[in-house]
Amino acid sequence: MSPDLLKLIFGRLGFESLPLHEPIVVGTFAVVALGGAALLGGLTYFRLWGYLWREWFTTVDHKRIGIMYMILGIVMLLRGFADALMMRGQQMLAFGGSEGYLNAHHYDQVFTAHGVIMIFFVAMPLVTGLMNYVVPLQIGARDVSFPFLNNFSFWMTVGGAVLVMASLFIGEFARTGWLAYPPLSNIGYSPDVGVDYYIWALQVAGVGTTLSGINLICTIVKLRCPGMTMMKMPVFTWTSLCTNVLIVASFPVLTVVLALLSLDRYVGTNFFTNDFGGSPMMYVNLIWIWGHPEVYILVLPAFGIFSEVTSTFSGKRLFGYTSMVYATVVITILSYLVWLHHFFTMGSGASVNSFFGITTMIISIPTGAKMFNWLFTMYRGRIRYELPMMWTIAFMLTFVLGGMTGVLLAVPPADFVLHNSLFLIAHFHNVIIGGVVFGAFAGINYWFPKAFGFKLDVFWGKLSFWFWVVGFYLAFMPLYVLGLMGVTRRLRVFDDPSLQIWFVIAAIGAFLVFLGILSMLMQFAVSLLRREQLKDVTGDPWDARTLEWATSSPPPDYNFAFTPVVHDNDAWWDMKRRGYQRPLTGFKPIHMPSSTGTGIILAGLATAMGFGLIWYIWWLAALSFAGLLVVGIGHTFNYHRDFDIPAEDVIRTEDARTKLLAGAK
Amino acid sequence: MSTDTHAAHADDHHHDDGHAHSTFSGYMLGFVLSVVLTAIPFWLVMSGTLPSKQITALVIMAFAVVQIVVHMIYFLHMSAKSENGWTMMALIFTIVMVVIALSGSLWVMSHLNSNMMPMHQMSGMK
Repeated sequence: MSPDLLKLIFGRLGFESLPLHEPIVVGTFAVVALGGAALLGGLTYFRLWGYLWREWFTTVDHKRIGIMYMILGIVMLLRGFADALMMRGQQMLAFGGSEGYLNAHHYDQVFTAHGVIMIFFVAMPLVTGLMNYVVPLQIGARDVSFPFLNNFSFWMTVGGAVLVMASLFIGEFARTGWLAYPPLSNIGYSPDVGVDYYIWALQVAGVGTTLSGINLICTIVKLRCPGMTMMKMPVFTWTSLCTNVLIVASFPVLTVVLALLSLDRYVGTNFFTNDFGGSPMMYVNLIWIWGHPEVYILVLPAFGIFSEVTSTFSGKRLFGYTSMVYATVVITILSYLVWLHHFFTMGSGASVNSFFGITTMIISIPTGAKMFNWLFTMYRGRIRYELPMMWTIAFMLTFVLGGMTGVLLAVPPADFVLHNSLFLIAHFHNVIIGGVVFGAFAGINYWFPKAFGFKLDVFWGKLSFWFWVVGFYLAFMPLYVLGLMGVTRRLRVFDDPSLQIWFVIAAIGAFLVFLGILSMLMQFAVSLLRREQLKDVTGDPWDARTLEWATSSPPPDYNFAFTPVVHDNDAWWDMKRRGYQRPLTGFKPIHMPSSTGTGIILAGLATAMGFGLIWYIWWLAALSFAGLLVVGIGHTFNYHRDFDIPAEDVIRTEDARTKLLAGAK
Repeated sequence: MSTDTHAAHADDHHHDDGHAHSTFSGYMLGFVLSVVLTAIPFWLVMSGTLPSKQITALVIMAFAVVQIVVHMIYFLHMSAKSENGWTMMALIFTIVMVVIALSGSLWVMSHLNSNMMPMHQMSGMK
């Protein structure tokens, strides 16, 4: 075939795009291919494809979508953490003339992929998954406002993750750092597909994130059960509302910035180039207008989880509910006023730097107020140290430390010394792991019995907890020390042998975290095997306070046979105290949305379009885009959107629960 | 998409949320105002009535702002009461965000421009 024809069909893609010269990647590919083949073979052998397609892939049930988000987050955590281990290994070894085992080309991709994956495809899915699962239950709704859109959003996030994973074996990922600053990320300095993978993975996933934000805002504003005024909403629902407002307000900025960067790369515009009037600084400015709210998008739901957990396991109403709500709202607004602290050293004058330094310090005030509220909730409470509470305590200690180093970095003169150093790396891992990751784990341990009807195993949970917490401190405290000594981030080899010991300690810490992740996977496996012993039939294993515990575990498809009516902040606690009786008769048919495969098909087409654009396979991009339009418009003619669960089915489900409850007593 | 909402919650929610549906005369008024507000800037540019280009540009921007307000009131049916005040809340939030992002970016970028761009002396430090 002529080269022109090959180029027309395959674009830039050729055999030389496969990273066969990288033994590590080839080895990984072999393992992934074998594992993947085993998984697919197993699914085929046990004839699970039909079940998965009908019950999971096409579902519009917010509970199942929430669970799928969590699975995505945990799978991607394994990938992102593998990158972390590789970096720790490299930095531990590359001393005294040693080059370590990663070449620069590979190492730069590893640290970029680590950041992108951990933020966009681990933290975001975990947070979105918990919100998706819990919020409709907490507000007494049957589903989210737009159930189909929810399914679509999830598959778009998966599409982005698929593109990032594909870059490991087909071509390469960006070598620019996780925010891909130009001019480095522009076509002149990064002519390869790496940055294009970055752009299209984030654009595809970003559509999902934005739509899911709109969906959850609508759900919280419109679908609260009777009696639940704004100031009677559970705190997790409040923080979810603020997070989704932030998503809707900030993700369009990211979308536009990446669109401008792709115009620079694809059609030769000069938004962010060095010459012809372009300004790379504008990219940095705009991407942090998204980037700073993003960290609050991640941490606010975690704050909500800690609020629910603290009040449940202290057996007390949350201290300072109103101040908690106002603190959340204030953080929401303030998170838009601090973005410049990410580039104090890039040339702003004293007035700009002082303004943003001060706003950054101010944001620690509402956060501190929250911390005191949790402490006062625990004060004189009967605290039960179950796993969610243990993660909460670890969070409080760790996050305060991370917050203090954050305030330190907010002082512009100090930032001039510490910026771009490992001190900064230690700081943001301190708040993201200590805040978001610990929060997600607290949430997983807390709501797992609600989602599956049995608790998680405590032994492996505690093992995982201690490995994670000890491992975290061992891994990141040395980085504070190294940062104060002036070691900058993203270095591949080191000259000064006296630094090596700190990197060895950090690597040991990372290995302990690795054991923590393995223990957590063991915890899931062991709990699944021991599900009969760990079973909870009451639906309320923790003696909790909010509405999600009023229904069975796992909840029926329709969540609540009758929409609850709320009279108090802690609605379920109030119902229990007033001797609430479950209604046993009078069930009616329940109107529900139908499953649809459109979401996964649209997301598949969007992913194919992204792949076509990355490799300049223009026919594929054009065809997928046309397909998107056709399927999208076609879906508007689908009138089989809803159905009624017959009253007999509701009666059968509810009677089964009545029997279980009677058996439990 | 709103059918989904009703599908899931038709039996237990009353959608009595004060949609301010406009009347025919409302739409017509909005349309006429939009046309007038578009025609005047065109006329200003084409006839060159105003003495300087800067003044013309500023006047056009002022008309654009009024145009936005007209669209929001007559076509998007925004008022302090619609959707229990949520649309107004969303509008105020949006304005706050846009003002922060625009004015902040201008301020920051003017600093970066005067301090960091090549060919400038560092004497411009503020």
